[in-house]
Amino acid sequence: MVKHYEISGTDFANAGEASSDFKAMLKKIGVPTDVIRKVSIAMYEAEINTVIHGQGGYCDAELQPDRVIITFTDNGPGIEDIERAMQAGYSTATDEIRNLGFGAGMGLPNIKKYTDDMQIESEVGKGTTVVLTIKLFK
Amino acid sequence: MKVSELAKALELRLISAEGYEDREVTGCYIGDLLSWVMGRAEPGDAWITIMSNINIAAVASLADTACVILAEGVVPDPGVKEKCDMQDIIVLGSDKTAYELAAGYARLT
Repeated sequence: MVKHYEISGTDFANAGEASSDFKAMLKKIGVPTDVIRKVSIAMYEAEINTVIHGQGGYCDAELQPDRVIITFTDNGPGIEDIERAMQAGYSTATDEIRNLGFGAGMGLPNIKKYTDDMQIESEVGKGTTVVLTIKLFK
Repeated sequence: MKVSELAKALELRLISAEGYEDREVTGCYIGDLLSWVMGRAEPGDAWITIMSNINIAAVASLADTACVILAEGVVPDPGVKEKCDMQDIIVLGSDKTAYELAAGYARLT
């Protein structure tokens, strides 16, 4: 089962809609709550990144028999130094974004913490693709 | 402890719609940086914050907090109450500081 979401690059009010919708679906199906929590946190962070840094894009969230695979793709500026971006506390967010409570430099570290696998592919000037994998069972 | 019991004991104002105050509170978390809250608050926590923008709804919902308590007399931005009501999120308000609220919670447990 795959769900496709378009993510606006300017719409902060609706940031989190994709994550909320996918969470509701997993809940309905009866996926264990600890797995849903991991998916929710990781997906929300990636969704917010797509809004803040990626200037919008899209997301495909797929439920497989043993795992959830979520792919975020944006056409934003790309990440210059992925290793640095992964460091907790490092952020390029503007003051305006920080005033909203984002930009703590915890997005990517949180994603890594709550997923079983995270792959980032990014090209400066072209965009970024992030693929998250969360296993349904230990 | 139920949200209603916590609200009564700490004299919290109910900002969101009525009807969900039976929810259990099992812990407490203070934070305004949304990613920190997302990553660290536990399900069932009473989340104390001074952040009033619309994104608190998504964070409260996705992190499964029991309720949001807006401290220091902070009022939610326009549209926040409606969004929280849509997602069954309990929002409470207080003039107390985050510290006073958390200390009050600790005294009750």
